[in-house]
Amino acid sequence: MADIRIENLRKEFGSFVAVQDSSFTVHDGEFLALLGPSGCGKTTTLRMIAGLELPSSGKIYLDGEDVTFNRASARDIAFVFQLFALYPHMNVRKNIGFPLLSQGMAKAEIRARAEETARLLQIDHILDRSVSGLAGGDRQRVALGRAIVRRPKCFLMDEPLGTLDAEFREVMVHELRELHNRIHATTVYVTHDQHEAMAMADKIAVMNHGVIEQFGTPQEIYAKPATMYVADFIGSPPMNFMRFTSGLKSGDRSILLDGIDVAVPEIHQDMAESELALGVRPEHIRFSDASALRGAVYGSEYLGTNQVVAVETPGGLIRARVPANRSFRIGERVGLEFNPAKLALFDCRSGRAVPSSLYQETRHG
Amino acid sequence: MADVVLRNLAKRFGDTQALADLDLSIRDGEFVVLLGPTGAGKTTTLRLIAGLERPDSGRIEIGGRNVATEAPAERDVAFVFQQYSLYPHMTVYENLAFPLKAPVRKLSAEEIDRRVREVARMVRIDHKLENRSTRLSGGEMQRVAIGRALVRRPAIYLMDEPLSSLDAKLRAELRLELKRIQKELGSTLLYVTHDQVEAMTMADRIGIVAEGRLMQVGTPREIYGNPANLHVAARLGQPHINLLPADLLPGGRPPAGTQTVGARTEHLDIIVGKDANAEIDWIEHLGDQNHLHIRAGNHKLVTLADPYLAIAPGDRISLTLRDPLYFDAAGQRLS
Repeated sequence: MADIRIENLRKEFGSFVAVQDSSFTVHDGEFLALLGPSGCGKTTTLRMIAGLELPSSGKIYLDGEDVTFNRASARDIAFVFQLFALYPHMNVRKNIGFPLLSQGMAKAEIRARAEETARLLQIDHILDRSVSGLAGGDRQRVALGRAIVRRPKCFLMDEPLGTLDAEFREVMVHELRELHNRIHATTVYVTHDQHEAMAMADKIAVMNHGVIEQFGTPQEIYAKPATMYVADFIGSPPMNFMRFTSGLKSGDRSILLDGIDVAVPEIHQDMAESELALGVRPEHIRFSDASALRGAVYGSEYLGTNQVVAVETPGGLIRARVPANRSFRIGERVGLEFNPAKLALFDCRSGRAVPSSLYQETRHG
Repeated sequence: MADVVLRNLAKRFGDTQALADLDLSIRDGEFVVLLGPTGAGKTTTLRLIAGLERPDSGRIEIGGRNVATEAPAERDVAFVFQQYSLYPHMTVYENLAFPLKAPVRKLSAEEIDRRVREVARMVRIDHKLENRSTRLSGGEMQRVAIGRALVRRPAIYLMDEPLSSLDAKLRAELRLELKRIQKELGSTLLYVTHDQVEAMTMADRIGIVAEGRLMQVGTPREIYGNPANLHVAARLGQPHINLLPADLLPGGRPPAGTQTVGARTEHLDIIVGKDANAEIDWIEHLGDQNHLHIRAGNHKLVTLADPYLAIAPGDRISLTLRDPLYFDAAGQRLS
């Protein structure tokens, strides 16, 4: 296993810049998710690491070695596309062992490695079955086995769960992460699904228009979004924004929203009067009759353990995640109270977060 | 709008029993969602009501009248399919007006115009009425498709996974909108999906369908809190309900015959470090919440936890049941 270091990586297709000067490191054994909408450059980045595209400029190091212009086959990586391409005429054992056979490994060794891999994936009881009769989940496990049997330096995965239905995807998300916990292979995983990235990754790079907007742990990215784009892309429902126009002074501990004082984390930068947005995560809202900030219930969505209630306020539609034990009527008037320590502020023009104590708070364990 | 009643409905395709003994009453103004996996018989039910398929046996009543001999056009239903199909050569306005222009409807031009604009406002497409339908985003096209069904005011709307081709964010927006519009119009709506979140969030009542049979009908809260059997319990809830042997964890009072204990987040009490009987395997950080992956004996459990709960992989915990669900060997709920 190995670390992957990317320095000032750039890719242009004609006049279109697919990836702009990206730099990041995936440490040995780490699971990185490249997350963003289609066209953001995440797959191009992955293909450059794999050697399937050559960068316009920049460097790629694998285990300390400069592999920027090495051929894909000389990079000792495993690329997993969709997990379904199996050889239908071979049994499970032969499918898993195939990559080793083509490397010219001895039969006994192939047998041992295929069995070890199957145990790791908990499919050792079906080694001699034909793959054509297998259920969807087992087929995916066999395909995964074929990727990991070679023990490459790292795994690159491009939306491997993209075609699965929601319920089965959840199962595979857990299995992929548990597999990672067992073998600790350096992994770069491309997805447009924020839930997959949050659930599996040690680090996430959120990409937009070829730029990495934020790089950090799932908790950092969720709790301390660097930009409005990130705050909106992560979370379901996403962060609420309440827009207002004001100046800010370093040391301020509250803002004025529609004439109402709202406590916020201490501001660390002066700002001239401009359009700002208060960012509130749905779970940091409570209903309180005492609050001056009021709205009417627009709809509620029951989710079992909790519910999401949409409230129409002068600042727009706000979604709150609250316990499921109370029912709400459409049109009912409610007061909203925010957890002041968790609020973010953004400059609407640049989209960047305003520096505050939120971003300096020590990390939660 | 009208009541729709299905009695003993059955349908076979060759060797496959697509639907067996289906009984369901949809009340006037009610939003009913049929939830089940692919092949459960959901779409077949819609097609039978619409008259696109003929039942082998059973009865379908719309507004009290038996519609067995009526052609699809006579049944007064509107169908919204998964894939929106708009008339590409028409504008949004013309697409919305089209169903009202059939000569049998005898609507005045003013009435048509009024309804089109009202519905366009509801589905939030009123700013694009003059656009060609091909020059819309996927979400806008599906709004128009839903709008085209809404202008008609039929006895019942039948919707077959109308949101499944949209991206997650848009789907979440339209969920809330569709529910509001349905309440505003007082429409009767039968909606089928395999997405439990759609069912939980929109339905007045959910019908759980599996292998051609209706297993339970009830409000989302009833189905989630009081499932009739293991299958229903496993259909709803994120994370998935934990299904455990009766003697694995303390705190329960399993009735005689208990084979399986079903424990959701709200049925589990966690205390760190005290009389430990389980261990934190790994933690999935989802931002607003964490999923704790727990190992107890040879069993794995997943439960929700506050992201600020001080707990780490490898921590030993005491795990206790609090009023969990009990099931017998056949998977039926015991109380």
